[in-house]
Amino acid sequence: MYKVLRRSLLSVYAAVILVPCMIVITGAFKTDFEIYTKPLSLPAKWSFANFHKLFVESNIARPFMNSVIVSAFSVFFTLLFASLAAYSISRLMTVTGRVLFLLFSLGLAIPGQVNIIPIFHLFVKLHLNNSLLGLILVNIALTLPISIFILSAFFKDLPKEMFECAGMDGAGQFRIYRSIALPLSKPALGATAIFLFVICWNDLLYPLMLITEAGKKTLPLVLIDYKGEYFASYSMQFAAILVASLPMVVMYLFMQRTFQAGLTAGAVKG
Amino acid sequence: MWMALPAFLVYASLYLYPALSNLLYATQKWDGITKPVFTGLHNLSYLVTQDDLFKKALGNNLRFMLVVVIFQTAFALLFATFLLKNSKTNIFLRIVFFFPTILSSVSVGIIWTFLYDPNYGSITAFLKAIGMGAHAPLWLGNEKITLYSIALTQVWFHTGQMIVIYVAGLQQIPKELYEAADVDGASRWQQFKGITWPMALPTTAVVVAYTTIQTFRAFDLIFAMTGGGPSYASEILVTQIYNNAFISQKFGYASAESIILVALVLFITWLQRKTLRVNDGTK
Repeated sequence: MYKVLRRSLLSVYAAVILVPCMIVITGAFKTDFEIYTKPLSLPAKWSFANFHKLFVESNIARPFMNSVIVSAFSVFFTLLFASLAAYSISRLMTVTGRVLFLLFSLGLAIPGQVNIIPIFHLFVKLHLNNSLLGLILVNIALTLPISIFILSAFFKDLPKEMFECAGMDGAGQFRIYRSIALPLSKPALGATAIFLFVICWNDLLYPLMLITEAGKKTLPLVLIDYKGEYFASYSMQFAAILVASLPMVVMYLFMQRTFQAGLTAGAVKG
Repeated sequence: MWMALPAFLVYASLYLYPALSNLLYATQKWDGITKPVFTGLHNLSYLVTQDDLFKKALGNNLRFMLVVVIFQTAFALLFATFLLKNSKTNIFLRIVFFFPTILSSVSVGIIWTFLYDPNYGSITAFLKAIGMGAHAPLWLGNEKITLYSIALTQVWFHTGQMIVIYVAGLQQIPKELYEAADVDGASRWQQFKGITWPMALPTTAVVVAYTTIQTFRAFDLIFAMTGGGPSYASEILVTQIYNNAFISQKFGYASAESIILVALVLFITWLQRKTLRVNDGTK
């Protein structure tokens, strides 16, 4: 009884996840009429017209590159700043360290989205709206607290003796950070990087508010645009979703474990 | 300590400072162009006592939260107990169920807008195929159910993530407990009630807290699916803050609303911690 129940519920759930994915993947190569009439079948004729239109007419390569630039720089600098801060907080438990940790914890309690109004006005004043640099700065600020939280928990668990030995050998703190702490925390850094990458790649709210210039838009923004522009053509929207999700999906296929670790680390510690 | 300096500078100037200046904005009437006028607590008191749309968004937000938290947590716990052993099939299924989490809210929103489409959508087609076509509602067009349709999408989106958290938590429960229960002839349901549920309580607290925060952040998904409509039926606090600020140009008013949102999130977090009795010693 239990076995039958378990098996059937698992199959239903798997279908609920996979069927929409199949509709989208095959739909991108179909005509709209085919999507409506035979959503689950393979395309009668594989057509690349939608992709041609996306790349040639809509120039989706531009927002794609913008997303790559914004995500790559945001993730790199967040990891750099967060690991430095987490190291000094967790290894040098001074009063300042504790105060800093408390301050960063505040950022976990206040949802970053409530800052949209002050950030908008600050960035207009500083001419950081309509700029990829602006988006990168926002991403770093918003993701620093959670990254510091995850990484300092990890640093605290590293064996103390290693650091003490290095200290006695006369290595400075930065040297210990670079040649001991960082190499030892590759798994944690990798998981955090994926976590951050997914956030930056998929974020809509801040780009929506800060970016109006067509040339500076990121992928989620143009997906919203296409939803309006091609509202009558789901096949076009599906093709755009495929292009926008491709990097994540490919990475996920090769690194499911890191994704699962990264995208749950924020929850477990937060 | 210099090593913490870059993080601190970025965080202080682009997180703490904006969060504090929100308090100042909240006391002003400001359209973003002309000079702001100080109005004290007027924004706050107007919001709480007279703004029906605010009440509606708050109600929607709480209903959305409750529905998603209850169903997502229940599904995640159920499927985590199914997928507890690290067999090949189970690991594969966890990968499948987790998959939607890596997509963007906008992509998920577009996919489900299609599935819910009253004319061409697959859900309607499915209902027609099993002879229930006449009962197919306007999933995103009917004020009464839009919010729940989006909640279903949110559950589809993030249950896999919670399954993975639950599996990690449930695997910490000592096997001996179940073996002993087997010897005593306890049924599966009794084992769940007597062992799994109480032992998984700390994990449940984490899942519930994280899901709650996610529902307050559902801006992207709702913006992509309905934009808060029809007639505010799916408006939650963050979408309303966005609309008040960037569509209606009432920046001070929207700031006051964000402060209520912060207070609400802090209060709910506190309440959950209290009721689920998490001792932080377990991480």
